[in-house]
Amino acid sequence: MTETSRDSQAEIIDGLRQLLKKQVPLDASTNIVRDLQLDSLAVMDFIMSLEDRFEIVIPLDRVAEVETLGELARVVDELRGRN
Amino acid sequence: MSILSKFAPLRQTYDSLRSVGQNPFEMVFEDMLSSTEGVYKGRKTILLGTNNYLGLTFDEACIEEAVAAVRAHGTGTTGSRIANGSYGTHRELESSLAQYFDRKHCMVFSTGYQANLGMLSTLAGKGDYLLLDTDSHASIYDGARLGHAEVVRFRHNDPDDLYKRLKRLSDLPGEKLVVVEGIYSMLGDTAPLREFADVKRQMGAWLMVDEAHSLGVLGANGRGLAEEAGVEADCDFVVGTFSKSLGSVGGFCVSNIDDFDILRVACRPYMFTASLPPSIMASTIMALRRMQDEPERRQRLHENAQRLYHGLRKLGFAVGPQCSPIVSVAVSDAPLAVEFWNRLLEGGVYLNLALPPATPTPAPLLRSSVSAVHTPAQIDRAVQLFEAVGRQLGVLPPVVNAARKRQAPVATPIPGHAEVAMVASGGAR
Repeated sequence: MTETSRDSQAEIIDGLRQLLKKQVPLDASTNIVRDLQLDSLAVMDFIMSLEDRFEIVIPLDRVAEVETLGELARVVDELRGRN
Repeated sequence: MSILSKFAPLRQTYDSLRSVGQNPFEMVFEDMLSSTEGVYKGRKTILLGTNNYLGLTFDEACIEEAVAAVRAHGTGTTGSRIANGSYGTHRELESSLAQYFDRKHCMVFSTGYQANLGMLSTLAGKGDYLLLDTDSHASIYDGARLGHAEVVRFRHNDPDDLYKRLKRLSDLPGEKLVVVEGIYSMLGDTAPLREFADVKRQMGAWLMVDEAHSLGVLGANGRGLAEEAGVEADCDFVVGTFSKSLGSVGGFCVSNIDDFDILRVACRPYMFTASLPPSIMASTIMALRRMQDEPERRQRLHENAQRLYHGLRKLGFAVGPQCSPIVSVAVSDAPLAVEFWNRLLEGGVYLNLALPPATPTPAPLLRSSVSAVHTPAQIDRAVQLFEAVGRQLGVLPPVVNAARKRQAPVATPIPGHAEVAMVASGGAR
């Protein structure tokens, strides 16, 4: 795992903790929809907040392929590299 | 395992709706008496959720034109616009629409859904970007999915947020197409189109406006939000539908862009479907004329919208952020919404029930749309029924006695849509 990936993941987890307002174990293997029980509206809102946090755009088709926090961090990393 | 097993959770939700009474998604009207009255279970029911803004579905002239066309040209075209399915009337409707919008080009699609499916998927290709408002209609999302462009969402009705996202994309190659709606179908709010047009111009993007709910409703000539906001020149593409203010079915796109007609042989949802039947062309051409000849319909529509919106708002219901012919009341949860909807129906008023995720927030909506041909008495009846059911179900506070009423503050703050959404979602949004 690269340094930025850990940074992205830490920031994503930090953002989720604020959103969830409850203690849930969060790591790279956490399934965003199944484990966190977020509805699709909440997931999309969270993705948009990550776009702003990292100053990137995450196209919808990239969101569709993401299931876990680790996968999300990898997508964010790749897009951070692009910008 | 059945191939349909994946729908088990949806099946459960759907069946639970039935347990309350009538399932809102299985409504059948036995008869239509007029643009504002139908028959449900043998009873006359006020129709307050039909998008029939100008009340043209029973217009005598439109009916006569449709009857004459079906006799002259048959029941259907049985073919595509690019094969045997283009008749003189298809071209006549296209030129009527182009003239009405003062644009060079027009394409007519078989449904409004297909107009969005076709235009979005064809205009924005591989390497291009589609920028969609988060509250966009399903047809816009589906059009985006059908095409090969990258899809980026911006916050609802937020030109600054759009600017921010376009800025992030500014160094990347590819065309950027921004899509917004004249009136949003769930809450009836309009886009800040003037500001969106500024951003579009500044960032060199293209702009498409879906006037599905605003055609015949907004603008001095009924051309929609682009006309009302005075930014028609900035709207590169205008899409719309015949199935609301024009009282039939079908969709269209008008534009001034050079070489527009190449889309006729590139746009799959236009090419690979049968064209609209002659009767639909005939009634729609007449309805378009009616709409222009009778601006008083638009006047009456807005009077009715005011009557319903302010009637419900004054009672304390959580209506949308602005008055429009779409008047939605947000309630806290789905079981309450279904119960409320059923009681309205039992009381003789039909409207639409919208449940998340079809709604912009987790709050379910009791969604009305008024028509120019509703009588004030019909609107008042609906407001009275809303009040009665609202008090029965505790959505409104019980009526207080006169002494306590006098002590109450004069202007009770009415919870806005956002606040209600916040309550409904536990403040997560």
